[in-house]
Amino acid sequence: MVTPTTELGYNSKVEGGVIVSRADAAINWIRTNSMWPMPMGLACCAIELMAVGGARFDIARFGAEVMRFSPRQSDCMIVAGTVTYKMAPQVRRIYDQMAAPKWVIAMGACASSGGMYRSYATLQGVDRIVPVDVYVSGCPPRPEALLDALMKLQDKVRREPASKRLLSA
Amino acid sequence: MPADVTTALKEKFPQVTERASADHPAVDVPLVDLIAVLSYLRDGQGFDLLMDLTAIDWAEGAAPRFSVVYHLYSTAKPGTYVRVVAPCAGTEAEPTAPSAVEIWPAANWHERECFDMFGIKFQGHPDLRRILMWDGYPYHPLRKEFPLAGIETDLPVADIAEETGTKVIAAPMAGGPFVASPGEINLTEAEPRAKDESWSDRVARPDQTALRQMKE
Repeated sequence: MVTPTTELGYNSKVEGGVIVSRADAAINWIRTNSMWPMPMGLACCAIELMAVGGARFDIARFGAEVMRFSPRQSDCMIVAGTVTYKMAPQVRRIYDQMAAPKWVIAMGACASSGGMYRSYATLQGVDRIVPVDVYVSGCPPRPEALLDALMKLQDKVRREPASKRLLSA
Repeated sequence: MPADVTTALKEKFPQVTERASADHPAVDVPLVDLIAVLSYLRDGQGFDLLMDLTAIDWAEGAAPRFSVVYHLYSTAKPGTYVRVVAPCAGTEAEPTAPSAVEIWPAANWHERECFDMFGIKFQGHPDLRRILMWDGYPYHPLRKEFPLAGIETDLPVADIAEETGTKVIAAPMAGGPFVASPGEINLTEAEPRAKDESWSDRVARPDQTALRQMKE
């Protein structure tokens, strides 16, 4: 039986061939296990992002190996690198073109806060133009750190109401 | 033979003067003779490679305010290298220099960068647009009067600026990597951060409220 504490329950005597769950749990389970990234590689962090996709670190273990270079087909934008003011409108434009539900990971110091680029040319944190779900520290972060960020994002998605994201800006 | 270049130049152009240099020969040239000197260096002295083209801002109110600098290299005589410096004409707001695109096509993008960063108008350039900053950016960032942090202005794209409510802002410099705090160099404390705490993890940035509400 389904109780408030169990997401998925199955009792063959009571239910026969039927599994009962909450819609949120089922939808979020689907979302978390195939979160296709939009690789917004802008600087050296993108090299670490490539390593995450490679055999050694293998982001495929978490269902996020399908790097889509089309915003229409991606769920999670990974901003990897320094965002200049000249590039910022394009980052926002690509984010706008992604279909909801969508999430953003700010990878590395530059994407999170401008990093060491306290200058006239650099956006001081990508959260000034897109809503960021997970920040990853590091310059650049280790591939493991990005995997950890992805797992944190999956945890976050599991806990939120599935309908919340459908109309997100 | 570096000395030969200077001697040959001086013989052909008496108005050329030698310039103090730690390594390779360098010469000062009046702006009116610049193109003739550069053409001669390419055709008569074999300086076929324009390695760099840049400018110097001598500080506000200085005369001349700006100088253009050409770094030339000869692939025919490896190791032969010469620098040519010429003071810009025009006003402080709009200095001018002749374009060297006709001599070395490589000058095209160098002159665009020089125009972008210093605002030097290269006369005769086929396509003098900004190359690093976006079209419509109102300042020239490498000029002495321009602060490193930048000056508040609008984002390059109007509808994105309106949608996000974000502007190009002056970056917080306090405690940053380019701000030295004399007498108290502690590496842990010197980590890049805003010491004024206006943007710390405890205090939200004032412009973040709109985005946060959008996410909720």
